[in-house]
Amino acid sequence: MAEVEMYKRTPIEQDLFVRRSKETMRGQVMMFSLMIFMTLVSFTFVVAYQQGVEGFTKYLVIPVLFLFAAVQVGLQLYYFMHMKDKGHGIPQMFMFTGVVFAFLIPLTFVTIVWW
Amino acid sequence: MSSVAQKRGFGAALWDWMTTVDHKKIGILYLIGGGFFFVVGGIEAMIIRLQLLKPNNDLVSAGLFNDLITMHGTTMIFLAAMPILFGFMNYIMPLQIGARDVAFPFINSLGFWMFFLGGVFLNVSWFFGQVPDAGWTSYASLSLASPGHGIDFYAIGLQIAGGGTLMGGINFLVTIINMRAPGMTYMRMPLFTWTTFVASAMILFAFPPLTVGLFFLTFDRMFDANFFDHQMGGNTIIWEHIFWIFGHPEVYILILPAFGIFSEIFSIFSRKRLFGYPAMVFATVLIGFLGFMVWAHHMFTVGLGPTANAIFAVATMAIAVPTGVKIFNWLLTIWGGSIVMTTPMLYALGFIPSFVMGGVTGVMQGAAPLDYQLHDSYFIVAHFHYVIVGGVVLAILAGVHLYWPKMFGTMLSETLGKITFVFFFVGFHCTFLIQHWLGFWGMPRRVWTYMDGQGWNTANLISSIGALLMAIGVIVMVINIIMTTVKNVRVGNDPWGDGRTLEWAIPSPPPFYNFTQTPLVRGLDTVWIEKQEGNATGLTFAEPITDIHMPHGSIIPFFMTVGLFIAGFGAMYHQETSWGLPLLIFGLAWTFVSMAMRSLKDDLGYHVTKEEIQADINNASKGGQN
Repeated sequence: MAEVEMYKRTPIEQDLFVRRSKETMRGQVMMFSLMIFMTLVSFTFVVAYQQGVEGFTKYLVIPVLFLFAAVQVGLQLYYFMHMKDKGHGIPQMFMFTGVVFAFLIPLTFVTIVWW
Repeated sequence: MSSVAQKRGFGAALWDWMTTVDHKKIGILYLIGGGFFFVVGGIEAMIIRLQLLKPNNDLVSAGLFNDLITMHGTTMIFLAAMPILFGFMNYIMPLQIGARDVAFPFINSLGFWMFFLGGVFLNVSWFFGQVPDAGWTSYASLSLASPGHGIDFYAIGLQIAGGGTLMGGINFLVTIINMRAPGMTYMRMPLFTWTTFVASAMILFAFPPLTVGLFFLTFDRMFDANFFDHQMGGNTIIWEHIFWIFGHPEVYILILPAFGIFSEIFSIFSRKRLFGYPAMVFATVLIGFLGFMVWAHHMFTVGLGPTANAIFAVATMAIAVPTGVKIFNWLLTIWGGSIVMTTPMLYALGFIPSFVMGGVTGVMQGAAPLDYQLHDSYFIVAHFHYVIVGGVVLAILAGVHLYWPKMFGTMLSETLGKITFVFFFVGFHCTFLIQHWLGFWGMPRRVWTYMDGQGWNTANLISSIGALLMAIGVIVMVINIIMTTVKNVRVGNDPWGDGRTLEWAIPSPPPFYNFTQTPLVRGLDTVWIEKQEGNATGLTFAEPITDIHMPHGSIIPFFMTVGLFIAGFGAMYHQETSWGLPLLIFGLAWTFVSMAMRSLKDDLGYHVTKEEIQADINNASKGGQN
């Protein structure tokens, strides 16, 4: 077996590590609260539409729901699946290429392809 | 564990090959499997040409002719061309980037077995007498109307084989992204590695549509769904879209690795750095991207409307630009080089005019108004054989000659190689050039026979003679391979003398762990740089000799695939028999149990110790070849 090398951090490194971890944790908790909040807002919108509250037409509610959904997907990918961190360039490139294809091909069907 | 060969029984050798996860052995398995199907598809082609030799011929029946053209196309694309290229990618790419194996050796093995048993599934249709007969594109209305189980073999066989290809593609991507040796930046990767990378990315995006399309077809035919049945609210055209959204990238998946092989050959045998390397890389990526934007040019006559036809025509012609960049870069690589006329170089030089001719006829078809004239005529047959035989098959034959010494440690005879080239190249042009005119003269493709007195007799005779010449070429190559193997004259690390990339700096064939130490890459064509600076070994190492971690072999990939193979027959017969459904469930359960075995059993691999590696190095230096 290859030997396992143990590396001991210096106090300064340890300090930096702890501070970074705290920042990350704070960011995660903040984003999590934001996502819960947006979910609550979305449910409120739907309930308001069902109750027939003035101004909550489907032309307002549906776009807002889609917008929130998109933001949630972004937050999920970038914060909780760490796409904002270093070393995720290649997965991002492949994902966005896939997104471009998944957008362009249906766009072709609904705009210029007759059948 | 020593790399010194030992005498073993046949059973032990068979077990070794069936359980191997070594990328080099799997590469050879791909070449053997692909080579077998290449012969099968070739025999089908010969029967087709014999049938069309003279007017009103009745060598085969009309139905059998449909079987033959369908199986010829499907076999050659999915089971011959792509697996043989996968063989080269598997064997050469990890060596070129200085890796010890691909990223997922187990999945690599699974990919091979799925390709092979998928191909066997497709071809056992011959023994059932119910063969796919709706053309390799299997357009939906026709394939839904086809009686018997022929199209079922197509849908399920390709589903299994396609799954294997998808796994292989993802495996290559992860390998190239994560396992490059220190110093091997993206812009220092050899062009064959680059084309493998782009082709694998295209597989990643193109094969899921095929999977979806084949599932729709399977459900329509075997499980009473109505995706393509317009009487039940389905849409028959959607199959054409799905098929070509996959199918057009597929042809670039074939040609890009071929471009990679030729780029290596031009560079090695002109003794020059590849001209315009960054432009070559950019052109490769651009071809990969544009390949997804042109699928509807296969469907101009469907009636998509003038807007769609115009846009897809322009997009199609745009692809000629990066391809032209490549052609000119190859020409400028040869220009002023110190050219060595070896067999691979002959193929490469023959490839340029042949492929340009195929490309030009492609642009002609890209012009939508002209395509209305050319569609479904022999002109189309001539065009795609010019790009696939003139591009991909020439690259495969060139690659066999170029990499044979690296893979098997013996040099194929150059004389016989050149005889092969002459027969094949002359035969190829003889077969397909005249077919352009046959198209102009009105001969439709996929016809079983034709009447006398239409002016097609001589042209078809010439075409059939050409096919015979190609067959002679291939037979000479097989003789060459047998003679070389029997003579068994061993060669050294760099038998061509001018190797530029890492695979030429290690023994032929390489030890199972590839590199004794991970190499340090100092630039594009790193071995060439080292040799120019007086380092005769061509390698600078990035690390001292350490223990090497290697994976264990496993029979589980084979068993997983056998389950799918059995399930395929269950799905096919579940409507008319009582045992179909239980067989389907049994097959799938078999696969899932195999998967569970893989997941639940820890297999951490083993280590090759420093002492063993040192002993191998001492052995090799005592041998003192080259």
